[in-house]
Amino acid sequence: MSFVHSFSVWFIPFLIGFIILYGTYKKVPTYETFVEGGKEGFSIAINIIPFLVGMLVAISVFRASGALDYIMLVMKPLFSLFHIPAEVVPLGLMRTISGTGALGMTSDLIATHGPDSFIGRLASTIQGSTDTTFYVLTVYFGAVGIKKMGYAVKVGLLADLIGFLASIFAVSLLFHS
Amino acid sequence: MVNYIWVGMLVIGFVVAGFNGNMDKVNEAIFSSAKEAVTLSFGMISILVFWLGIMRIAEKGGLLEVLSYLFRPIVKRLFPDIPPDHPAQGYILSNMAANLLGLGNAATPMGIKAMEQLKILNGGKNEASRSMITLLAINTSSITLIPTTIIAIRMTYHSQTPTDIVAPTLLATAIATIGAITIDRFYYYRSLRKGGK
Repeated sequence: MSFVHSFSVWFIPFLIGFIILYGTYKKVPTYETFVEGGKEGFSIAINIIPFLVGMLVAISVFRASGALDYIMLVMKPLFSLFHIPAEVVPLGLMRTISGTGALGMTSDLIATHGPDSFIGRLASTIQGSTDTTFYVLTVYFGAVGIKKMGYAVKVGLLADLIGFLASIFAVSLLFHS
Repeated sequence: MVNYIWVGMLVIGFVVAGFNGNMDKVNEAIFSSAKEAVTLSFGMISILVFWLGIMRIAEKGGLLEVLSYLFRPIVKRLFPDIPPDHPAQGYILSNMAANLLGLGNAATPMGIKAMEQLKILNGGKNEASRSMITLLAINTSSITLIPTTIIAIRMTYHSQTPTDIVAPTLLATAIATIGAITIDRFYYYRSLRKGGK
């Protein structure tokens, strides 16, 4: 535990230090280059705004109306057919559309069932193992102005489903026996 | 497809809210989430400026070329469309490495730079190219070695073994990534058969 913690604390300074020292060794004007590269960050963030506004408004309307709850209600029996714990089904759906929403659900599941319970571990794994498809789609494509997404949405959603099922499989395999 | 999903979420939301009688909540949600989106974008400025600045140094110093030289066989397999020694390779590898280490906020700027390069390769069109979708698939299923955020949450709730989810997360993300790449290939070849690009 302390190893993982100190690894992540040390890694970023180490990485930055390595890059700037290597740059210095290669005679790159480091500070000027940093400023020049950083300028781009601002315009990228501005480009993302309309994409993110459009997507987040649609998602939050869908959630606030209660439509998401109905979908979960309909899907629960389907999942229990495959011995998937009903508690984590809403999390699986939420993980796809909203990162912060899923984080809230994960914290709630961990608080209710305990971090070292089967559900607690499963929720942790689901949270850690997939990324919010709609967010990645919106930010990455939005930043460079891609409007026609082709089959990207289908691929992202199916990848989420695989991640969800793989999490259940992995936790059952490693902890349930 | 994204158009249908977008309209679908909004229209279904409005209709369901009408039946449930919580239209006031929906009204509130529209404006609070629009505000949240702008706040989120502005919040990203700091991270984007910092990492893009550092990455420019890495790029000018030639580190990205070293990185793409070392992992060329992998990138060549995953992204057959990218010509050898193209700068997109270095950014894709940095993005994958950041995801692997659970450095989400470093992964995003590098992923965006990779997308930028891929767009240039695709003639600057506003359509998603094959390589862009592959990069997206890898990011949404991202292989994770150290899920930093979730370990922190588990520690907050006094877990006896906060890091014991590292193994299942690694296994699950490995399966998901292989699955995502397979699905990506499947749809790519299907779109070729349909005659599209």
